[in-house]
Amino acid sequence: MAGAATLEAVDNTPKAEAPIQAFTVTLIIRRFDPEKDAEPYWQDFDVELYATDRVLDALHKIKWEQDGSLTFRRSCAHGICGSDAMRINGRNRLACKTLIKDLDISKPIYVEAIKGLPLEKDLIVDMEPFFASYREIQPFLIASDKPKDGKERIQSVAQRERFDDTTKCILCAACTSSCPVFWTDGQYFGPAAIVNAHRFIFDSRDEAASVRLDILNDKEGVWRCRTTFNCTEACPRGIEVTKAIAEVKAAVLRGKPDIPKK
Amino acid sequence: MTSQAAPPESPPASVPEPRKRRLPAGTLYRGREGMWSWVLHRITGTAIFFFLLVHILDTSLIRISPEAYDAVIGTYKTPIMGLGEVALVAAIGLHALNGLRIICIDMFSWGPKAQRVMFWVAIGLWIVLLIGFVPRHLMHVFGGE
Repeated sequence: MAGAATLEAVDNTPKAEAPIQAFTVTLIIRRFDPEKDAEPYWQDFDVELYATDRVLDALHKIKWEQDGSLTFRRSCAHGICGSDAMRINGRNRLACKTLIKDLDISKPIYVEAIKGLPLEKDLIVDMEPFFASYREIQPFLIASDKPKDGKERIQSVAQRERFDDTTKCILCAACTSSCPVFWTDGQYFGPAAIVNAHRFIFDSRDEAASVRLDILNDKEGVWRCRTTFNCTEACPRGIEVTKAIAEVKAAVLRGKPDIPKK
Repeated sequence: MTSQAAPPESPPASVPEPRKRRLPAGTLYRGREGMWSWVLHRITGTAIFFFLLVHILDTSLIRISPEAYDAVIGTYKTPIMGLGEVALVAAIGLHALNGLRIICIDMFSWGPKAQRVMFWVAIGLWIVLLIGFVPRHLMHVFGGE
């Protein structure tokens, strides 16, 4: 029949709804329960995943289907809230932005908590030292006068562009906890605090640049940066962290930031 | 009540033990050129410090007694020290070239963007300089002049 022939011809074309191939991925997760374990230990899990899944999906599958005690932070799951920074295959990444297809799944995927902050449980660390440094650099606009002629503090495109890169920070701590200086010296302000200081130091509307430059001229300030570029490579927002730190160093030396006049 | 000779076939339905693994503490952080250049800078810097410490001590001997100075410097003329000098020149060369790279990173606006290229340029220059130095030096050490 002509109809059957047509159907056969159709069958030869690739099916639009071919089943998506799932594969088994091994995750090796560094576990720690302060109520039971004296030391953290590695535990492995096999999970069925698709190439389009993220590491966060793998963690969800483990928590929901295999071991409900697995503990990690996540909120938005879309790379905005900055809750799920963790060390994936030895590099700081957001679990919600790391696709399985971008990892070598012929080998197990190692997942552990970020380094340099006190480990609380499994993949959760105490972020307080990190936020304490952030608060210390006064991450808010400081201006003495009221805005002229209306409601806004006018800023040119070039002036806004000057600090655009450092406005992207989501405070996930991927940069600070990738820094070898921070691992050994928790007193160091760390890349994230300096990035957020940069955001206000180089803002033409702000008047407290000299205060922040003084804070960062401290022994534990910008001069502890050893330009390892781990922070720049870890940042899930693509902020050029080391460049921002270098600009703050230059501003400390010059005594004031170089902000476009117009 | 019945007594069974054989134990029940199925194991008790408990949660299986977690598949724990014996692995070293955490994984090594997988930094890239920037981190490894920093590690090399640290190692070479520390090594050069200890060389300078010894070097200042042995050189200052000449103020005390030229004979003692000659005796100490004479003990350096061995093949092992000759190889040590290769290591010293290599360490100083790497530290110096990477130091220039770090100055560029901190002082020029294009520095941080070009850091990876600059690292490989520094390694390239270092190898070229060593190719110029090492064969000539080893000829002196083992040539028996």
